[in-house]
Amino acid sequence: MTNRALEGIRVVELAGFVAGPYAAKLLGHMGADVIKVEPPGGDMARRMGPFKGDDPHSEKSGLFFYLNAEKRGVTLDLRQPQGMALFHQLLKEADVLIEDSSPEVRRELGLGYDDLKAVNPRLVVTSITPFGLSGPYKDYKAYYLNTFHSGGEGYCTPGSLGWILYSDRPPIKTAGFLGEHDVGVCAANATMGALHFAEVNGVGQQVEVSKQEALANIIRYDLAVHNLGYNESRASRMFPIGGLIQCQNGFVMVMPIERHMWDGVLDLMGDPEWLRDEKYDYDRIARSLMLTEEDVRQGMKDREDVNSFLQEWALEHTKEEIFHSLQERHCLCGMVFDAHDLVNSAQVQHRGYFVEIEHPVVGRVKMPGAPFKHSGTPWAVERPAPLLGQHNEDILLGQLGHSREELVRWRQAGVI
Amino acid sequence: MATQPLEGIRALDFSREAAAPYSAMMLSFLGAEVVKVESKAKMGVVGRRMGFRYVDFNLNKLQVTLDLTHPKGVELAKRLIAISDVVIESNRPGAFGRLGLSYDEVKKVKPDIIMLSHSGFGQTGPESEYLGAAPVFAATSGLSYYTGYPDGIPTELRGTPDMRSGQYCAFAILAALFHRRRTGQGQFIDVAGRETNGAAIGDVLLDYTMNQRSQDRRANRDYTMAPHNCYRCQGENKWVSIAVATDEEWQALCRAIGQPELAGDPRFADGLRRWENQEELDLIIEEWTLQYTDYQVMDTLQQAGVAAVPSMSSDELFTDPHLTERGFIHSLNYSDYDWLPDTPKPASDDILHFGMPWKLHSCPDAVRGRAPYYGEHNYYVFGEMLGMGREEIAALEREGAIA
Repeated sequence: MTNRALEGIRVVELAGFVAGPYAAKLLGHMGADVIKVEPPGGDMARRMGPFKGDDPHSEKSGLFFYLNAEKRGVTLDLRQPQGMALFHQLLKEADVLIEDSSPEVRRELGLGYDDLKAVNPRLVVTSITPFGLSGPYKDYKAYYLNTFHSGGEGYCTPGSLGWILYSDRPPIKTAGFLGEHDVGVCAANATMGALHFAEVNGVGQQVEVSKQEALANIIRYDLAVHNLGYNESRASRMFPIGGLIQCQNGFVMVMPIERHMWDGVLDLMGDPEWLRDEKYDYDRIARSLMLTEEDVRQGMKDREDVNSFLQEWALEHTKEEIFHSLQERHCLCGMVFDAHDLVNSAQVQHRGYFVEIEHPVVGRVKMPGAPFKHSGTPWAVERPAPLLGQHNEDILLGQLGHSREELVRWRQAGVI
Repeated sequence: MATQPLEGIRALDFSREAAAPYSAMMLSFLGAEVVKVESKAKMGVVGRRMGFRYVDFNLNKLQVTLDLTHPKGVELAKRLIAISDVVIESNRPGAFGRLGLSYDEVKKVKPDIIMLSHSGFGQTGPESEYLGAAPVFAATSGLSYYTGYPDGIPTELRGTPDMRSGQYCAFAILAALFHRRRTGQGQFIDVAGRETNGAAIGDVLLDYTMNQRSQDRRANRDYTMAPHNCYRCQGENKWVSIAVATDEEWQALCRAIGQPELAGDPRFADGLRRWENQEELDLIIEEWTLQYTDYQVMDTLQQAGVAAVPSMSSDELFTDPHLTERGFIHSLNYSDYDWLPDTPKPASDDILHFGMPWKLHSCPDAVRGRAPYYGEHNYYVFGEMLGMGREEIAALEREGAIA
């Protein structure tokens, strides 16, 4: 019996950069057979860093390496009729297509749902676009920065200490291509939904993922203050006590959201003198706990005092010491980990979070592995990201049954 | 023919805070029936105050109140488990087991159950009992460290690491459910908030594992595109994001802002020069954007073929014409809602919620109803689903098991 949850599911990916490839990657690690279709020039992620050894080689992009592990790759020029014919052949045998074409390309090449349904009515077609397939912005142009800022989190970043220090600067995006990854997970969920539907009803369907809507969902928890009449912004994102605190060798997030947690902080600080002043009583200050801009403003002055005492103390201690000591005292706290801290963390190593895979050009590389641990059908990585066109032969000859003469002819004509 | 993908699937949501509850709501968006099990009696101060947030990630659910520290509460939970397909919980690792609800116990009640435990650091390892919350997931995964201005400090992130982790939980469950459809097998799933969040910056972490380099914080900067930033617009704290990838877009931008001569300026002649001189470029662009609202800038530049979108605030999102036309904004009525006493009251009985993050074109929109209040469905779930009589339920209420 198989131990891969999505064994037998065939996915064709016609997508580049981050979101679509990440969705397909998630399906692949759970056992789906993913065929990545790249234009002859390759996915744009191949031209983006970080590159192994800072060698900007199209097979050495870490971004591409991470997002495309566990896939097979084929190159097809869909602008040539033969390329499109081969693509349709792939779709006939597939359960899922994940695509992220621009509106013009979708129209020009006949990649709309109705076109594809005619090829395979059982196919789930997941289309990832900045603003969805309908509505006034459907044809608007947006790169990842724009889509990120269209979702709501950008406007609120950085809040708290970042806002206090840099309130004259523009709001910013979060680390790396975080928003694009979020869209990818969302698209994987939507695709899984349609796969369940297909399993029960025997029919495919069109799945639409608007990046804006996916990202707005990621910040729905924060933006719920809208219903209290507040506009969430960088200025409104404060913790009454704690938050980001600088220490000797970095930063920690200290979050004493309950009284007993604050008692843990005070215990660690050795019952400081200033605590005798009743205006610094926890309950008094914490009344404004994670509430609204207005509440926070009221408690602001005392909060600032308390935080400056905390800050003064923290500068004498290391982030590791504060993190572990506070957690031992059952106080919510997180050390701000950089990549070095993460790779070397005892907990992370115990969990086997980073996995090492061998790539023919890059060599052995560690990357984040399973984001979830299934007892029965574990996340797995059995192959590295494909070289450009690596599986042309395997797929076009082996799977689709074409001849070597055709393969040579198509290569010469630039179809593959 | 089923109208929703997870029709007939029942999920029990024992989870706290926001991450795992969001995953259960995502399952409800696909048609699963979700029963949220929480104790009103054991609800902490923080939970009470979060009511206005709680309703936003608990749409569509049924809610029953059970005190799981009461033996009869656990017994009832097991009766619910016996008629369910999925169990989701997010107590501190080990705690649910101590209540008698470990996966092994749960499996005895329902052999093909899919059970997911969400925590900050995972169910195993020396730090498994460390406490987690969204900002801690962000701090301990690298997200905080790598978010910020190049010359600045790391960045606190708030609720998003929870929702992000919830999305991964939903995926993990959907894959397991699919496997169960085909093989009849259930399983246990262990998800850690720091690990789901870290997975979303693989490229940043690979720079370290490949090159032993910890990346700089980049604010809005791209590796090649310029301009690529947010620019201040007319009005208070209004911003628009603009990104230019090609010479064509650059020339279009110059024309659109009424400075066609800029296109010939040697400082900005090609992508590389624009990137090198992006700070000068930013000043020129902001001088123009300041004269217009964020939406005016979007309209003008999009017509010219340039990627420009406001950095949208909650006010803008909830009233955005595009999202409204797409049916993304739902107004649900809470006039009969029983708010917990400490919860700040929303300004209106009609609460606005974002809708589903996807559209499945063959399935109707699945935002069906407002979030439940505590104990709202005790009689429905214990009475109708478990077939208990009113007297039996009332007795358990008196004993404090239903509380």
